[in-house]
Amino acid sequence: MSEHEHSEHIVPPSLYLVIILTLMCLTALTVAVAYIDLGRFNIVAALGIATIKATLVVLFFMHAKYSPKRTKLVIFAGIFWLIILLFMTLSDYASRVDYRGVRYPMSQNLTLTHAPRS
Amino acid sequence: MHRTGALYGQFETLEQQKETASLGMWIFLVTEVMFFGGIMLAYTINRHTYYHAFAMGSQTLSIQLGTLNTGVLLASSFTMAMAVWAAQVGKKKLIPLFLALTIVLGFIFFGVKYVEYAQKFHHHLVPGRNFDIAYCVNNPSQCEDINAKDMEKEREELTAAMEADPDLNAHAQLYYSAYFGMTGLHALHMIIGAGLLFWLLRGSLAGRFSAEWNTPVDLVGLYWHFVDIVWIYLFPLLYLIDRHK
Amino acid sequence: MSTSSTINTGPALKLPEKHYLNASYGIRSWLLTTDHKRIALLYLASVTFFFFIGGFFAMMIRLHLMSPYGTLLSADTYNRMFTMHGVTMVFFFLIPSIPAVLGNFLIPLMVGAKDLAFPKINLLSWYIYIIGGSFTLYSMMTGGLDTGWTFYTPLSTIYSNSAVAPAVVGVFITGFSSILTGLNFLVTVHTMRAPGMTWFRLPLFVWAHYATSVVMILGTPVIAITLGLAAMERVFGLGFFNPAMGGDPILFQHLFWFYSHPAVYIMILPAMGVISELIPTFARKKLFGYHFVAAASLAIAVIGFLVWAHHMFLTGQSTYAALAFSFLTFLVAIPSAVKVFNWTATLFGGSISFDTPMLYAFGFLGLFLVGGLTGLFLGCLGIDMHVHDTYFVVAHFHYIMVGGAVMGYLGGLHFWWPKITGRKYPEWLARIAALVLFVGFNLTFFPQFVLGYLGMPRRYHVYPPEFQVYNVMSTAGASILAVGYLLPMIYLMWAAFYGEVAGNNPWPATGLEWTTPSPPPTENFEVTPVVTWEAYDFHNRPELGLDVLGVPRHGGMLPAHGDD
Repeated sequence: MSEHEHSEHIVPPSLYLVIILTLMCLTALTVAVAYIDLGRFNIVAALGIATIKATLVVLFFMHAKYSPKRTKLVIFAGIFWLIILLFMTLSDYASRVDYRGVRYPMSQNLTLTHAPRS
Repeated sequence: MHRTGALYGQFETLEQQKETASLGMWIFLVTEVMFFGGIMLAYTINRHTYYHAFAMGSQTLSIQLGTLNTGVLLASSFTMAMAVWAAQVGKKKLIPLFLALTIVLGFIFFGVKYVEYAQKFHHHLVPGRNFDIAYCVNNPSQCEDINAKDMEKEREELTAAMEADPDLNAHAQLYYSAYFGMTGLHALHMIIGAGLLFWLLRGSLAGRFSAEWNTPVDLVGLYWHFVDIVWIYLFPLLYLIDRHK
Repeated sequence: MSTSSTINTGPALKLPEKHYLNASYGIRSWLLTTDHKRIALLYLASVTFFFFIGGFFAMMIRLHLMSPYGTLLSADTYNRMFTMHGVTMVFFFLIPSIPAVLGNFLIPLMVGAKDLAFPKINLLSWYIYIIGGSFTLYSMMTGGLDTGWTFYTPLSTIYSNSAVAPAVVGVFITGFSSILTGLNFLVTVHTMRAPGMTWFRLPLFVWAHYATSVVMILGTPVIAITLGLAAMERVFGLGFFNPAMGGDPILFQHLFWFYSHPAVYIMILPAMGVISELIPTFARKKLFGYHFVAAASLAIAVIGFLVWAHHMFLTGQSTYAALAFSFLTFLVAIPSAVKVFNWTATLFGGSISFDTPMLYAFGFLGLFLVGGLTGLFLGCLGIDMHVHDTYFVVAHFHYIMVGGAVMGYLGGLHFWWPKITGRKYPEWLARIAALVLFVGFNLTFFPQFVLGYLGMPRRYHVYPPEFQVYNVMSTAGASILAVGYLLPMIYLMWAAFYGEVAGNNPWPATGLEWTTPSPPPTENFEVTPVVTWEAYDFHNRPELGLDVLGVPRHGGMLPAHGDD
């Protein structure tokens, strides 16, 4: 297969240092943002920052940036399949409607999560 | 199949061997993504349905210890990457140093985790017969490790949560199922990682890794970084729910 | 009538002096081997063992169901019988069989490599399989479990009094065997192909196993975590599937079927790969539409992950989700149909011979067709309302798994037996056994379509007396089927030691594996092969001894009938 692409691109320690400092700052940011009320966007912010951190780790610490195309394909496949698992199952829960027309069970009104008595 | 030097018999060249090993580890990591994905799904569904219980559960976690652990694990990823670098440039004496640092940071993580788990057991927050989300609020003398200010905060949260969710105690067990399930699985992976690091440490002290052949260091590095990435997600998902109140 | 394809020319053939079977002796050389061919035989022994255990449970089910009043077994014991039948057959026979036996043996040979990418991990995967199997056997010996092979909660996590935990642990462990096998295959195909062996020159058996491996890698971890969570719930009281804590049993089903549906593609894709090898060989014609068949394998693997909730149409899940999953289920049938069309088109204009492997291939074509089409019936929401959890479903999946996957497995075993052992099996006895199997199979399972449609539920130990005649037919068929399985077990074993020596390429077929001696040497190829021909190219391979039309050269006449 492709011969020379993985012949050792060595990442310099200075880059690692930049990445780790960035990661620490992003961690501090995550905690800070958690104390600000963004309503439903708190989770978006938290997961967004986590994803940026994870991306930095994958690209630089795990050398994915310098890896052959098939490695990138493998990474993409993993993420894509995780999304299939989460998204399609959640689509069931998110679109359930019981006989009262109530979105159940993922309704936030928890007095409705008890089985209807009638 | 015989080995000639570093080259295993089924391979034609060292290059092929290295590519093969690396691809193998990446594919294994994808299986780990799907493995954690299952419990992430369970977490997601239950967090949405029982938000108040999850928020309440998150309150009982120490944000200081969680942040500390996150920093520790990120640092260990750095030292691991440095160990791989040392091997790649042939600085044989530095490899065991960075591996040892990674191990130490890993053990700090374990120590903090142990403190957190012990606290949960003590506070009756383990899913099962003794579970009681209101235990510390109702028995402050039993939970002296929570200071008065935090205790007051917890009491407020608890009252509000119980109003919103009449079955709070039952549903909170789902939060702790997720907490113990996810961090327990993560810790198990870290223990395996620590074992692999010890094995690498032994090999590096014996001078086995060089610029020409350092595949085990590379592969364990990939694994360790993955374990770090799992924690990068676990931290906000478990520790930072509804903190702004 | 039909002619055999072997050409009787020249003096009697001899086995090669040194090959993988006599390269070293002693039990340690087998239990500590890293030779993929020996590991394949280790798997052959173990999967056959579990097949007969699963078969024993099937016998118990069918014997019990001869009477509508449930006189042979108690209800509880009957539950354990069908559960253990399912668990054994699915996890310990169907999923490993073709990949671990034929895939392990052939993939390095087919790509031109000396071994798989990770030979020691290959051996480890067999040991993991054995350990997982031991846990499950332990579960059987301490009373078995009664939850159904699907382990639905809350029965499995809270209410069942049977040996759930060891069985769940056993299946969990065996999953890693599957993952490691898939990992080995994926990496081997990517990095260990011989020079000139481009992706589109690979045999379709390899493509099929590549697609299977993708499914193994992406799906198996999910059942691992699912069973792990179920075990945690049973032992430690975690609550994700427990309604009392606010958990959802349907979540278990989602997670379970996310793997278990793609798992059925793990079972059928390798069999399809075998068929893709058999049909060109015995029609002496290049496979029609190679690229389409290769793409279809990948399409099945991918789309197969998007249809799992068709097992859950009656659970109360969202109607909108059900609609989406039903549509996707219809979609996944398309690549399977593409394959069937291409195999059929390969037959057209070919020079067909009816050797045993080809009989199995024909059996596969017909039975897989029935099984596949009835799957479409089940994928249709309205029909599923009526036949879900009835014998219609049971018949459907047995047509695919037995009529499809097992036929593929047996066809492949017969086809490659000369390569594996160096000796041919007795052709006429094998053809008779194939026919016995075909008759027995249809007699067993066709009445079950009728039963299901008439409303007989599955997993019940009693049934209305008016269904008895179909049940008796089914049991009669099962005994004939048993004979059909026992015969090959006996004569293949016999042939391994006393069969006629086969030579390198008895059929002849075009794959790289047929260029090696039979049995091959441990390192497969003394010199790394350089591939310059396309797959199934009968015409540009003069060394195969076939003329322009793919007919064996024999002075312009077909060889005489009765070659043995």
